[in-house]
Amino acid sequence: MPDIPSICCYCGCGCGLYLHVEHGRVTGVSPSRSHPVSRNNLCVKGWHVHEYIHHSDRLTRPLIRQHDRLRPASWDDALDLIAEKLTAVKEQYGSDRIGVLSSAKCSNEENYLLQKFTRISLGTNNIDHCARL
Amino acid sequence: MAGLATTFGSGAMTNTINELEEAQVILVSGSNTTVTHPQVARRIFDAVDRGAKLIVIDPRKTKIARHAHIHLQIRPGTDIPLLNAIMRCILDENLIDDLFIEMRTENYLAMCDLLLRVDLNQAAEITGVAADDIAQAARMYARAQRSTICYCLGVTQHTCGTANVKSYANLAMLTGHVEQEFTGVDPLRGQYNVQGACDMGALPGGFPGYQAVADPENRKKFEEAWGCTLPENPGLTVIEMTHGGPDEKRLQAMFIMGENPMLSDPVLDRVRTSLQGLDFLVVSDIFLTETAELADVVLPAACFAEKTGTVTNSERRVQLSHKAVDPPGEARADGWIIQEISTRMGYPMQYESPREIMEEICLLTPIYGGIYHDRLHASWGLQWPCLDRNHPGTPFLHKYNFTRGFGRFEPEQHVPPVEPADNEFPFVLITGRRYHQYHTGTMTRRSVTLTRERDTSLLDMHPEDAKELGLADGCRIRVRSRRGSVPFTLHLSTQMDRGELFSDFHFHESPTNILTLADSDPEAKCPEYKCCAVAVEVDHD
Ligand code: SF4
Repeated sequence: MPDIPSICCYCGCGCGLYLHVEHGRVTGVSPSRSHPVSRNNLCVKGWHVHEYIHHSDRLTRPLIRQHDRLRPASWDDALDLIAEKLTAVKEQYGSDRIGVLSSAKCSNEENYLLQKFTRISLGTNNIDHCARL
Repeated sequence: MAGLATTFGSGAMTNTINELEEAQVILVSGSNTTVTHPQVARRIFDAVDRGAKLIVIDPRKTKIARHAHIHLQIRPGTDIPLLNAIMRCILDENLIDDLFIEMRTENYLAMCDLLLRVDLNQAAEITGVAADDIAQAARMYARAQRSTICYCLGVTQHTCGTANVKSYANLAMLTGHVEQEFTGVDPLRGQYNVQGACDMGALPGGFPGYQAVADPENRKKFEEAWGCTLPENPGLTVIEMTHGGPDEKRLQAMFIMGENPMLSDPVLDRVRTSLQGLDFLVVSDIFLTETAELADVVLPAACFAEKTGTVTNSERRVQLSHKAVDPPGEARADGWIIQEISTRMGYPMQYESPREIMEEICLLTPIYGGIYHDRLHASWGLQWPCLDRNHPGTPFLHKYNFTRGFGRFEPEQHVPPVEPADNEFPFVLITGRRYHQYHTGTMTRRSVTLTRERDTSLLDMHPEDAKELGLADGCRIRVRSRRGSVPFTLHLSTQMDRGELFSDFHFHESPTNILTLADSDPEAKCPEYKCCAVAVEVDHD
């Protein structure tokens, strides 16, 4: 499989790199020669950016709290529950009682969708992310 | 960000990272650049190799400070008096750029007024920097043709963070060091896509592209495009939310996407109480973080290599990152998750691909107006503002005009730190990052190589201070502040001045943010992370 162009997921330098993929797993990284910031170079975090991707601690199923413990559940159950609960809070207490944190680890498209969802479906401007932190 | 937005009209880096190479003088402030922005540090060192002069403003003797021609080792939180003193010297020696001030700025008289009242000896006393060094730095910065300023969270994470930033902007305008290539004011963004999250309107007061929610025109535009009515009141900021919201209207539910406030936010005990007090908490993340452990529903998300989408780096470069592998098990991308929930709540969202989402962004966000995915395939990105399909992007901002028209001088006075050291808590604690780890460590700590390099939380202390307390390198200690106490391993380091301590916040075993202050900057709502008063004792547990 050809190397996949990607961007280092750590700091704001945004180094361009290629992910090496073998049998559906990312096995290594190489810097881009032509990328204006990386210029064929990465820092130690960039060189090892793939190491956590296939870690055994990754979450692989939705979890729902039942009797004080998080237990595996189906996507449908999890999403239905979320929609039901958020709607209930909105109706009972009002939209401004819901808060949303977006992420510097997500893409522009995802951040766009989340603020759109927050402003329309939840009806509040209570959305922020960790730029201040 | 708020600081640059009021003075220049835009809160982003004014130049590209590579332009640093051509600068003649680089002033780095509150940034441990070799650790937090390795590639920026490389460019700075390249520039120095070519003869550029380096001025570093930092309370610590960081690696970059050791390479500086002038290191102004200020007391934490004294940026403003230092900058006012520098500007006073520039004024006294008539090194200001009259023409630039006349043509491009406003409010200069008020600035002058303040500067003429600055007492240089007093400034030297407050900052702990010799008056001679201040004058020398002032001449170096002002005399060069191409001087540039880089700053990071060491400048913004104070109660006076916004005022600090404005002061750097004042300095740049006073000397006309902002309108061209290779010279400007560059806030370095700490994380992967912080810039993009701001650009996309993940902000309580702004739609995508910094279009204020409070402006009825903007609301009308988005209401028409989205076919709905939109709330007018600006929302709560992250710290207001993680501390539970205003007393009379406590938050009842939260949706947290890929964040870990249980390690990153100040006064952790309060964060825990307010998250536990919620009726309903949803967290979507790739690992079971400290925050996810408190959730009612946890959703397994995809990581960066498992989805396609754009991200925006510190220099406003929007780049496309491609999907390389499938997510593990049933994990799904956050984009899919949001659409599913929105649809279930009665506002259907059905985008075929991230490309289609980006097309909508282009239509509604003037600064992203021409950033279509197809243009990003063959290149390493476009820098916003990029107004339409044929626009080449903008490497440096404010070329003939500041975004807000005139650059505005914002005179600022010294704001003493909220919590100075005293007899009971004699040390000032500064927090930050280490080279091998990143933020709350959820990703880096699961990387074997990075963890091998560094897997414990250290507290840096000056050897003389340690000697006085009878502490040895590597011993277990406990650090106490008015808000709680945290265990650390002691590390002796001459990077620190006496009376100052440094620690990171990557490790959940040593949750530094139990100690820190929540007092935030009134404008940017950025917490005072960088200094709080603490005491140190041997850990007997
Ligand atoms: S490789 Fe290093 S410098 Fe480049 S983006 Fe990643 S963390 Fe930043």
